[in-house]
Amino acid sequence: MSTAIAEIHEGPAESSVNYLNANYGIKSWLLTTDHKRIGLLYLGVITFMFLIGGTAATIMRLHLVEPQGALLEPETYNKLFSTHGIVMVFFFLVPSIPATLGNFLIPMMIGARDVAFPRLNLMSWYIFVTGCLFALAAILSGGVDTGWTFYPPYSSIYSHTPVVVMALGIFIAGFSSILTGLNFVVTIHKMRAPGMTWFRLPLFIWALYATSIIFILGTPVIAITLFLLGLETLLHVGIFDPAIGGDPLLFQHMFWFYSHPAVYIMILPSMGVVSELITAFSRKKIFGYSFVAFSSLAIAVISFIVWGHHMFVTGQSIYAGLVFSVLSFLVAIPSAVKVFNWTATLYKGSISYEAPMLYALGFIGLFTIGGLTGLFLAALATDVHLNGTYFVVAHFHYIMVGGALMGYLGGIHFWWPKITGRLYPDMWARIAAGLVFVGFNLTFFPQFVVGYMGMPRRYAVYPAEFQVLNVMSSAGASVLAVGYLIPLVYLTWSMRYGPPAGRNPWGAKGLEWTTPSPPPTENFEEPPIVTEEAYNYPTAGAVHV
Amino acid sequence: MSEMAAHGAHEAHAHPPGFAHQFEDVAQQKEAGTLGMWAFLVTEILFFGGMFTAYIIYRSLHLAGFITGSHLLEVKFGAINTAVLICSSLTMALAIRSAQTGKGRGQIIWWLVLTMILGAMFLGFKFTFEWRHDYLEHIVPGAYFGFENRPEWGANAPYVQMFMCFYFFMTGLHAIHMIVGLGILTVLVVMTARNKFSSEYYNPLEISGLYWHFVDIVWIFLFPLLYLIGGLYKR
Amino acid sequence: MALMSEHTGHTGHVVPVSTYVLVFLALMVGTALTTGVAYIDLGRWNTVVALTIAVTKMLLVVLFFMHVKYATGLTRIVILAGFFWLGIMITLSLSDELTRGWEINPASWGGIIPFLLHIF
Repeated sequence: MSTAIAEIHEGPAESSVNYLNANYGIKSWLLTTDHKRIGLLYLGVITFMFLIGGTAATIMRLHLVEPQGALLEPETYNKLFSTHGIVMVFFFLVPSIPATLGNFLIPMMIGARDVAFPRLNLMSWYIFVTGCLFALAAILSGGVDTGWTFYPPYSSIYSHTPVVVMALGIFIAGFSSILTGLNFVVTIHKMRAPGMTWFRLPLFIWALYATSIIFILGTPVIAITLFLLGLETLLHVGIFDPAIGGDPLLFQHMFWFYSHPAVYIMILPSMGVVSELITAFSRKKIFGYSFVAFSSLAIAVISFIVWGHHMFVTGQSIYAGLVFSVLSFLVAIPSAVKVFNWTATLYKGSISYEAPMLYALGFIGLFTIGGLTGLFLAALATDVHLNGTYFVVAHFHYIMVGGALMGYLGGIHFWWPKITGRLYPDMWARIAAGLVFVGFNLTFFPQFVVGYMGMPRRYAVYPAEFQVLNVMSSAGASVLAVGYLIPLVYLTWSMRYGPPAGRNPWGAKGLEWTTPSPPPTENFEEPPIVTEEAYNYPTAGAVHV
Repeated sequence: MSEMAAHGAHEAHAHPPGFAHQFEDVAQQKEAGTLGMWAFLVTEILFFGGMFTAYIIYRSLHLAGFITGSHLLEVKFGAINTAVLICSSLTMALAIRSAQTGKGRGQIIWWLVLTMILGAMFLGFKFTFEWRHDYLEHIVPGAYFGFENRPEWGANAPYVQMFMCFYFFMTGLHAIHMIVGLGILTVLVVMTARNKFSSEYYNPLEISGLYWHFVDIVWIFLFPLLYLIGGLYKR
Repeated sequence: MALMSEHTGHTGHVVPVSTYVLVFLALMVGTALTTGVAYIDLGRWNTVVALTIAVTKMLLVVLFFMHVKYATGLTRIVILAGFFWLGIMITLSLSDELTRGWEINPASWGGIIPFLLHIF
């Protein structure tokens, strides 16, 4: 990343010093306190982790073309789906938008010079890398086969895999996310520019603020849960062990107390990105700003009172099940509010279909499907049949991949010109977006069907009648893989050969678009003073750029 | 901070040492630091809180075993340690006050060192009088420490062991936080000796004080919840 | 609220030494009280008394040693949120653990009332 960046050519009135070329050398990157460089450091690491998780998925899908399994021993298959889940959840999705786009953009969007605690920010990155190293060590020494959910007593007593090493990696990465969330909350509260009141903030900031609240309140609980699991496993002493009166379900309560809000950590930032993309590419003020802003907070709060819906069939009391089921229906409401507001924003907007917009539109459709299928699972009666099947797998992949990942890719594409000062070739980007959309649906829609028909998840083999749909799913996965790899090529290419972007290639509103691309280290030449509302696009009749 | 070189050089730095340039002024930095530490303490509430949750659940379900287990502990050490920690909170508050009121570094260091001594006393009492004693009595749970069920526990034996798990996990986690606190205090002593603090800038002392008081509060709850279950009237 | 242009040069409220000493003495008394009351048989109330004293001690430390008495509303909201979320975790977990043994399909809707009473 360091010396390979070519001299960035700016327009005549711009200084050519920016955050990328202000200092050269590996030390200037590894000891940076600049939030923008730290965002890029995170981008590198999580892209690597994504490739690891993606490789696991590729092998799994290749294996599943045959009902009796084409490639792997069942034990190996178990390790692969566990690795895929752990890496994708804890080491890719959770940090993805917050640590990359969040770090890069939050100070710029609020008009600040940096985050509140820049050195803590750098330390967060190092802590995250340490967590990744422990996870990789666990993978290289065979991987765990417990599923990403680590339920005891299997994980503590019966599984002879490196559970403690992997749990330690997650614990450490979790601590990194706590520090990031803390940094963001303080930054947003205390470092806004003059005139940047709460209700002039971009919705991306509201979304990340809500996400940071979840980081702070939820992550410590998974930390203590994994800590206790580790002690149980290592010392043969434990509080989830039925032999001494322990309750394995207690682990599940504590685990899901974090892991359910965690899924909102994964989706909320994407929703924030989509708010930015929809407004920019319809050249229109968001419909219902305060509804969208408050819905982010509502999602963050309600997300903490629904976790029992993961435990309907594992032995939870039916009364608790009733309570959690009702509350789970409630959490769909603020998400729906967002979808309606985005749609209303599009209405009579001046819409263009650049790649970021394609990702945003794809998000709205796929997230809606994923969200609606969640209601099947929130209802106790249907969940009894669907839990543990591919229906659940399809549901969460629609949200995590069709939703969160598409939002992430859309955001990367939207802000790429700002981050690198270069434009990427939009034709290739649109092709890749299309391949992702088609490949995704081909991969995961058949999984709703097989799940509904009863195919269980986490099994290395399956009844022969499900083969056709499984082959379709695997074929879709290969298209999806191509769709993911293409951006790696043209985005890398653009860093050296892409045309210069200028300050605001999309004609979008927002403080980040008022600075040069790439920005100077201190973000703004003059500290900005904010006088207008967010998304202050000219009203109907404006010329489409 | 060399990337900040482009930052306007027009400011004649009236800012004290320790001022960080992403902020506009010392007051903003203080507010940010304090908010940040409180946010961190909230994470600690949830972190310890996970264990308190588990404790509450198991105590509700297996009260008899917990009472038996609690009676295995020596209340006097729990009480003495509580008093020691309360003293250390006082000395910590006085250390910060010394900085606030512009007293010399000697006085600040004196209060900090006193806090450290009290903290070390706490740990010393715990490890030598309590944990070591528990090991010799064969009530350290698990496979490696020779835990022995006693006949008088009867059918409650598994729950007595469960209680001892909580005792060691919760006081152990608390002890780890104390050790980290001692490390932080050491750093503060060094910083004070190097004249980093003044009545204008003493943020690190203030926020470390918040951490130290929090660890004290955790113990304030651990004492009755671990040592006084079921009362002391029928031991 | 927290715009960068609005900060002034406060160094923070200075609490008198006497206040600190009084709080310290109150905490010591509380500790002695907790230990002493444990020797008296109050049945279930032993726990209530012990926790009440603990909460009081905590409030003294938070308000005076941690300066929350002189702190902004934001600080107080943050602290309350922490405890409230802990409360969510405890309450909803207990709602499962304590109702496991209950019969499914109570004979009448009257079964809901004890359930609610149990929670509150």
